[in-house]
Amino acid sequence: MAEMDTSGGGHKKGPGVKKGKKLSTRIDLTPMVDLGFLLITFFIFTTTMSQPTAFKLNLPKEADKPENDTKIKNSGALTILLGSENHVFYYEGILDPAGKNFKSSTFRDIRDIIINKKHSTNDNDFFVVIKPNEESTYKNVIDALDEMAINVVKRYALVDISDGENQLIKATEKFSKTN
Amino acid sequence: MSRPKLPRKSTSIDMTAMCDVAFLLLSFFILTTKFKPSEAITVNSPSSVASKVAPDKDIVLITIDKNGKVFLSLDDQEKLKFIATTLNTTKNLNLDVNKFAKSKFFGTSFSQLSSFLEIPEESRKGNLLPGIPCKDSATNELIDWMKIVNDSYQGQRVNLLLKGDNLSKYPSFKNVIYAFKKNDFLKFQMVTNPESVPLGSDLWKLNQSKSGIKED
Repeated sequence: MAEMDTSGGGHKKGPGVKKGKKLSTRIDLTPMVDLGFLLITFFIFTTTMSQPTAFKLNLPKEADKPENDTKIKNSGALTILLGSENHVFYYEGILDPAGKNFKSSTFRDIRDIIINKKHSTNDNDFFVVIKPNEESTYKNVIDALDEMAINVVKRYALVDISDGENQLIKATEKFSKTN
Repeated sequence: MSRPKLPRKSTSIDMTAMCDVAFLLLSFFILTTKFKPSEAITVNSPSSVASKVAPDKDIVLITIDKNGKVFLSLDDQEKLKFIATTLNTTKNLNLDVNKFAKSKFFGTSFSQLSSFLEIPEESRKGNLLPGIPCKDSATNELIDWMKIVNDSYQGQRVNLLLKGDNLSKYPSFKNVIYAFKKNDFLKFQMVTNPESVPLGSDLWKLNQSKSGIKED
């Protein structure tokens, strides 16, 4: 069963025997099945790969009057600053003029910081501000927004960076490079 | 007492049925696979935990390549024809409406648009084109583009998609958002590659509790 006869014709059957040996029509299908499944796995992988997803982002309506701006409590605010080469910085509340609460972080550690802040503050006061500087990449911004989705941060905003913050980032990056 | 002789069974199995199943599945997957169309603009999109599949109908797609160049593409031929005629009347560009409608994407300033349409389809490559100028708010032509797109859809549902490259810098993204805001496009979606939700995170817990409710 399921095997091909390859023994070849035996001709020494004696005189008068002219009938060729009956060849079996059954072929071993195992390699064919192997090939079939190999191709199936290939197609399964290619189909799932080319399925891009969409990440929704709602922009706030540009407020003409400053009194319409969303008010944030300083105690619940966490500002995440994105710099060049995947550098991440953050501070809580208002930035100290001397930059004492300005801390450096990475994309791996920022999640814990967000979680800690989320658990230590009132849900209604918690607000994350994301400020990318001009050196940060699109990927950094998406990663930061993704972090909001991962940690279910309901209130967050993408805000332009201020000059003071940008200078602080550049100074810190320069400092870490020289060391 | 002698034991009853058991007939020796062959170890080889009939593979025909298995082969049938394998090829049935194979043909199914071949037919359902959609290969990525060769893209004129190469973009490596970042990954996110978003699980919603990107829409592929009624889309207005803004692409940002790795150098921060911005391109616009629409899939609706009728809308493209409308846009071409509007551009011809408002900006006197003398565009070929049919050629405009057939073009898959746009990546030049308004003044060079007619010469852009003269380039044969095959040689319109993102890296050779200047992109829609939107470096600063004064020369942001994307605002005009989005305004015309908005007019052409006239309140119809439109899926505004943004597809950016990993390496593109934030200012180009900011300028695109600025153009969206100026035209009251406040909801848009960003095309990303899927990524699994990290175990133990809040979103993971939320998804777990959601699926638990569904099962009950």
